[in-house]
Amino acid sequence: VIRRTVRFLDERSGGAPFFRKALRYVFPDHWSFLLGEVALYSFIVLVATGIYLTLFFKPSLAPIHYHGDYLPLRGREMSEAYQSTVNISLSVKAGLLIRQTHHWAADVFVAAIVVHLLRIFFTGAFRKPRDLTYYIGLLMLILALLEGYAGYSIVDDLLSGMGLAIGYSVLMSIPFVGANLAQLIWNGPYPGGQDFESRLYIAHVLILPVLIGGLIALHLTLVAARHHTQFIGPRATEKKVVGMPTFPAYAPRSLGLALAVAAVLFLMGGLIQINPIWQWGPYHIAQATNGAQPDWYLGWLIGALRLIPSFDVTIGNYTLVPNPFWGGAGFPLFVFLVLFVWPWLERRVTGDYAFHNLLDRPRDAPWRTAIGVAFFTWIFIVFLAGAADRMFVLFGLSYQAQIWAFRILVWVLPVVALIITKRVCEELLRGEVVEVRRKLVEAEPA
Amino acid sequence: VKRWLIALLVLLLGRGRRKPLVDEGERIVPPGAADRGAENVVLLLFGGATVCAVAFVVIYAWDAIPNQTQFLGLALGLALAFISAASVVIGKRLVVTEELEEEYGTTNPDDEEALNQLVEESGSRFTRKKLLLLAGAGAGTALGAALITPAVSLGPVFDVSSLYRTPWRRGVRLVDELGNVFTADDIEEGTFYSAYPEHADREQMGAPLVVVRLEPAELQLPDDRHGWAPEGILAYSKICTHAGCAIALYRKPTFPAVEPEPALVCPCHYSTFNVATGGQVIFGPAGRSLPQLPLEISAGGELRAAGNFSGAVGPSWWGVRNHGARP
Repeated sequence: VIRRTVRFLDERSGGAPFFRKALRYVFPDHWSFLLGEVALYSFIVLVATGIYLTLFFKPSLAPIHYHGDYLPLRGREMSEAYQSTVNISLSVKAGLLIRQTHHWAADVFVAAIVVHLLRIFFTGAFRKPRDLTYYIGLLMLILALLEGYAGYSIVDDLLSGMGLAIGYSVLMSIPFVGANLAQLIWNGPYPGGQDFESRLYIAHVLILPVLIGGLIALHLTLVAARHHTQFIGPRATEKKVVGMPTFPAYAPRSLGLALAVAAVLFLMGGLIQINPIWQWGPYHIAQATNGAQPDWYLGWLIGALRLIPSFDVTIGNYTLVPNPFWGGAGFPLFVFLVLFVWPWLERRVTGDYAFHNLLDRPRDAPWRTAIGVAFFTWIFIVFLAGAADRMFVLFGLSYQAQIWAFRILVWVLPVVALIITKRVCEELLRGEVVEVRRKLVEAEPA
Repeated sequence: VKRWLIALLVLLLGRGRRKPLVDEGERIVPPGAADRGAENVVLLLFGGATVCAVAFVVIYAWDAIPNQTQFLGLALGLALAFISAASVVIGKRLVVTEELEEEYGTTNPDDEEALNQLVEESGSRFTRKKLLLLAGAGAGTALGAALITPAVSLGPVFDVSSLYRTPWRRGVRLVDELGNVFTADDIEEGTFYSAYPEHADREQMGAPLVVVRLEPAELQLPDDRHGWAPEGILAYSKICTHAGCAIALYRKPTFPAVEPEPALVCPCHYSTFNVATGGQVIFGPAGRSLPQLPLEISAGGELRAAGNFSGAVGPSWWGVRNHGARP
């Protein structure tokens, strides 16, 4: 059977040489190389569960009165979008499992991308010849954030409406053009026209996923074209990659990882409740709930919006920069600008324009590691500030005192982290030198 | 090892296709010992996966089972986990794990040069390259602009004047969620009320109000708002001037020493507005006071608007301070 299949395919595609090479493609092995794969497999689960959800979801803001299975909402006015999501959750068999798995997969997808990004950054894997791969990865992270936001916004429950109001306000706050862009996208002042839901829906189920899928293909093609990076080893050098072949050794391991990711996501989807929208109720512009939190990957933005003190930049009556711009647009733009510029900046500063196939250990580049730790600490403190209201509820810490503390810590802790990290890296390197000398001395014949 | 591999490849390429693929001595994949124990584990894991997958179907079909979502997730998750474990055992114990080497790629100077030459020579017949490039770029830009023009239909991109509009004007009565008209006597101290304009669309930012009552002596409104709060009843836009959320919290102090002023708080980013002083920001990110609506009490005791808001309603944009709210 195998012979006949191989012959069949080769006769029709002439692809035997390609497949032969692909099956013997070499994968270097390290646990941290699997993070990107986790993101990839989460994306596949997202597409599969997402397609199922589209078979039931109605992307319409047309108002109806609920007469479904869930008693507390009976008779309430709501949109068809919200009603159909309540039905998926409570009336469609296995619907809640698929919906919750979809939501968890989105959270894991972004988490895997972020941890993968940290790995790439701290091991210097973004250096030539893989900088282009890195830029595409960053682009996918931006699209993933937008995709997640669009996903929980199309439901039209109370939380998603609050999230949209904030997104609208951030867009409005862009100097000179914000109000115009917001009117364009929402088709009028918030909450906008009925068309808005169609726009959000097509972005979520077609435009953004297709873009992400295309970029994944490009990302993987580039990875394969330049081969995977590796840590230095007895035979692993800048010139030669050492590892196991796709087939037979790597394929079952990778399949195992894919299924494990899917297993964890479905177990979470079944066992851990997430976003029970029937409890939030439908969105109305005059309603909001206390303790509202977005999905984790927008926590850094809500933190930034909350930390900024009260001011609008004005010239006379002209409002140059409304407040939400700083936290909602300026902050993420700056973060991504730094991430995009970093490979170029590092090349310029170090004058290192060489090919790099071997990875650094974080300690091997103390400045990069220290600046990276400081940078991500900065973002993480802002992220924590977004949870200050939950800390108030959990521990009774005054919200206002916390915000003041965060406003200071957000500048102090990165500096502390920078100094400590730099020192730790250098000490680790010095320790190694001592080790090597000791071994040399011991090896000398007495 | 590399030479050995190349020799092996050459040998394989030279071979006829009809020879058996697995031929001792000419193997691609090195041989290894059988491991019946691992095979048994894999069999067991496949068995487990089958049981769980069947269980999924049974749970789906059998309505009497409570907590269906949880059991469905458990069954499907475990089925996937069992096959995952089987794959890993196959990868680690049942197939050979080789360590291969391959060259990292570098650059291809010859091909690069050929590409450069190709482009240069193809353009050698042009006499006015710069002009042609400029004209081409111009045409491309114009076409791009033409293609993007239909996007203007998406919304009122050039006319944002409707952002100033609200349904309030002198004489509009305040009603509650069920449409009942508020009277001054309905409004008690220490709590807040949501109010809407009578006979108007409530799903617009200019519509919803929060109404609170203070002791008239507590009021410290600006001088130009004399008479806006009859009997100490104040009305503010319910939409936060920071990020457009509904202001759903009223901080009527129970511990005056800690939180001295009665204030309205937005639960999204905790912008805090002092109700006594006309909606001034006293904490949080909002850059602008909460717009206040002047009230009057009719002869029958009903609450009515006495005009429009003190400023534009909703989140700020470049023109938010250019005009007040308009009907």
